[in-house]
Amino acid sequence: MPNMSLKKNPMPSQAPEVRAHNFDEVALGYTEEMAIDEALRCLNCKHMPCVSGCPVNVHIPEFIAKIREGDFEGAYQIIHQSSSLPAVCGRVCPQEVQCESKCVRGIKGEPVGIGRLERFVADWHNAHAEESPVVAPSNGHKVAVVGAGPSGLTCAGDLAKKGYAVTVFEALHAPGGVLVYGIPEFRLPKAIVRKEVENLVAMGVDMKTNMVIGKTLTVDELFESGYEAVFIGSGAGLPNFMGIPGESYKGVYSANEFLTRSNLMKAYQDNPITPIMKGGNVAVIGGGNVAMDAARTALRLGADHVYIVYRRSMDELPARREEVEHAMEEGIEFKLLHNPVEILGYENPDDRRDPKNGFVTGMKCIRMELGEPDERGRRRPIPVEESEFVLDVDTVIMSIGTSPNPLIKMTTAGLEVNGRGGIIVEEATGATTKEGVYAGGDAVTGAATVISAMGAGKIAAKAIDEYLSK
Amino acid sequence: MYRIVKKEPLNPTVTRMEIEAPYVAAKAEPGQFIILRVHEEGERIPLTVAGYDRQRGTVTIIFQIVGATTEQLNHLNEGDFLCDFVGPLGCKTKVEGLRKVCIVGGGVGCAIALPVAQKLHELGCSVTSVIGFRSKDLLILEKEFTEVSDRLFVMTDDGSYGRQGNVCVPLKEMLEGGESFDEVITIGPLIMMKFVVDTVRPTGIPCTVSMNPIMIDGTGMCGGCRLTLHRDGKRITEFACVNGPDFNGYEVDFDEAMSRGTMYRDFERHAYEETCNLFQKEAE
Repeated sequence: MPNMSLKKNPMPSQAPEVRAHNFDEVALGYTEEMAIDEALRCLNCKHMPCVSGCPVNVHIPEFIAKIREGDFEGAYQIIHQSSSLPAVCGRVCPQEVQCESKCVRGIKGEPVGIGRLERFVADWHNAHAEESPVVAPSNGHKVAVVGAGPSGLTCAGDLAKKGYAVTVFEALHAPGGVLVYGIPEFRLPKAIVRKEVENLVAMGVDMKTNMVIGKTLTVDELFESGYEAVFIGSGAGLPNFMGIPGESYKGVYSANEFLTRSNLMKAYQDNPITPIMKGGNVAVIGGGNVAMDAARTALRLGADHVYIVYRRSMDELPARREEVEHAMEEGIEFKLLHNPVEILGYENPDDRRDPKNGFVTGMKCIRMELGEPDERGRRRPIPVEESEFVLDVDTVIMSIGTSPNPLIKMTTAGLEVNGRGGIIVEEATGATTKEGVYAGGDAVTGAATVISAMGAGKIAAKAIDEYLSK
Repeated sequence: MYRIVKKEPLNPTVTRMEIEAPYVAAKAEPGQFIILRVHEEGERIPLTVAGYDRQRGTVTIIFQIVGATTEQLNHLNEGDFLCDFVGPLGCKTKVEGLRKVCIVGGGVGCAIALPVAQKLHELGCSVTSVIGFRSKDLLILEKEFTEVSDRLFVMTDDGSYGRQGNVCVPLKEMLEGGESFDEVITIGPLIMMKFVVDTVRPTGIPCTVSMNPIMIDGTGMCGGCRLTLHRDGKRITEFACVNGPDFNGYEVDFDEAMSRGTMYRDFERHAYEETCNLFQKEAE
C-alpha cells in the first residue's frame, strides 16, 4: 500500500540556533525507516514524469522501488547508471524546479522527496559498499577533460565507464571545482566530494592538479600529445562587480573570493593560515544560491548581523527555496527591493597612516519597486526617489554572477565565444566551433547550477563517444 | 610534488630556489608568475618567475622572508618538496620591438626585473639598469645585472654601497639630460613604482609597472587581485592575474593598491610571529 501522506518525511536537521555557529552539515539525512516510508509515497507512475525533469535522466521510479524493497545498494546502482555524483546531487540540486516539480504527488500535497532519497541512497552506498568500482576494458582512446568541477567529473565518469583513458586537468590544488571552492561544508561536506573523486580515480580516471589549461598547456598541445578529444569545463570566471563607488575598499569581496578563502583555503577552521574578515555586520548583494552560501558562511564565521540585499522581491529570488528558508531560520535578514548605490569607507584626512583608513564603514542603499515586466517576463526593479539610507556594515560581499573563465579562449584558435565570453556550443552535443573540442557548464552558460553543468558533461560524453567511435 | 633542486641565500632576508617543475619551465616567460603551497594546509602565494631552465625543467624563484609562508618556505632545503607549484600564470612582459630600455628595480623586485633585463639583452636591446636597496647588506644580483646591462646604477638609501639615494635619482638625471628610452620598466615596492612613474611622466615615455596584489587562485576566478585603472577619464577594474601582472604605470591607482595591500596586515604579522616562534621552539 502506498503511503498517502500529503507531506514529505521531514528532513532531520541541526537546530537553527546551533548550526548558525558551526560548519557541520545542516541536513542530517534520512534513516533507513524514513527512506522506506518516503519511498512508499511514490506511485510508480508508468509515464515517469519525474525522469523528464532530471537533467541527467536518473531512472527515479526504479531506484525508489529498490528502496521500498530495502535493496539500497540496488537503488544506488540504478542511480549510478545516470549520475556520477549522486551524493552531491542529492544535496545541491534544485529538485523543486526539476524532478519533484513533475511529481504527480505534488498536485495535491508535497511531491515525493526524490532528492532526499537520492542522498540517502548515495550515503548508504558510501558507508557500506566495499568493492571498488568496475574498471571498464580499455577501448584504446584518450580524452582530456579540462576542469575537475561538476561538468568535468561527470564527463570523465561517463567516458571512463565506456573504456576511455581519461585525464582530468585541474587548475587548483584540489579537484572538485565549485564543489570544493564554492559550496560550503555545511551544505556539502568535502569528504563527500573527495569520495566521489576517489571513485572516479578507482575507475581509472587520471586526475592531474595544478594544470592550468590555456597556460601550462594549451588545448592544441593536448591534441599534439595524443588526446583525441577535449572537454572544456573550466567553470566560472571573473566575478562581476556593480561598478558603484567604493568597491575597492578593504572589506569588499566577491562571493568567489570570500567562499574560496573559507572553503578551499579553510579559513573557517581555527587558526587558519589564509585570512578572512570575520565579525561585524555583513551585507551580501544578490539573491542566488551563491549569495545564500556567502551569507550563511559569514554568519558561521562570527558576524553579528548578516543582510541579503536583493533588488527584486522574494518571488524573483533565484536561490533554492530550502536554502532561503534555512538562511531565514538562522537569522539572516533579507533586505528585499533594495539596491546598493555606494560603499562607504573610512578616510582620516589628518592621518594617512591611520590603520582604519580604507576599510568599509557602511553601504548606501536605495529602495526599489517593481515596474513593468522585462523581455524575460521578470518585473523590472525601479529605484524609489529619495529613499536612500545607509546600512551599517563592515563587510560587503558581491554575489551578482561571474563571466566565464577567459584563459582558454585567449589561447585557443578556432574556439568561438559569445558576447558574454561563453564558449559557443551546439546544445544537443556540446560540440564547440573547434573540431574535437566539446564544452559545458559555467564556461558555456555563465553562472548556473551544479546539475545543469553535470547534464552538459553527460551530453558531451555521449557526443565524444559517438565522435570517436566513427 | 615539486623538488627543490637548489637553495641559496642571496642576503639575510632573501633566498633563491630552483624548483623542479618541467611543465612550468617549458612555458615560463619573464613577467609571469607562479603560485605555490609549501604544504598540504598551506596558503597559496604568488611569486614572480625569477628565471627558468627549459632543459633542466626547473624554475627559479627568489623570495623575501616577510611572512608565515615565506618563513616556512625558507625552512625547506635542497631535496625537499613543495606541495603545489602551478603556472606560468599571467601575461609575459612585452619585449618585442624594444631597442633601448631602462629597467628600474627595487629590493627583491630586482629578482623579477632580472629575467626581463636578460631577455631584452638577448634580443639585442640596449639595457640601462637602475637597482636600489636600503643598504649594502641587502644588495642582490649585482653580478647578474652587470652581465646584461649596458649601463648599471646601483643605489643604496644609506650610501653604504654604490651611490646614495633612491632609484629615481639617476633616472631623473638621465631623463633631464635629454636621454630617451623606448620604455621604462619598473618592478619593486608600490611606493617606489609610484615615484618612478611620476619621474617618467613628464617625458611621456611608456612606463610599465609589475603589480603584486593579494591573490588566491591566480587563474581569473576570485577577483581578489583587482586593481583600478584610470583610462580616458574612466575608472576601470582589471585583474592582475589575467590582465597583468604588468600594467601601464600611468593608469594604475597606486594609492588604492597600497591601501588594499594592507588589508590583512595584522593577521599576517601575527601569523608570521607564530611561525617564527614555532620554528624557534623546534630549534631549542
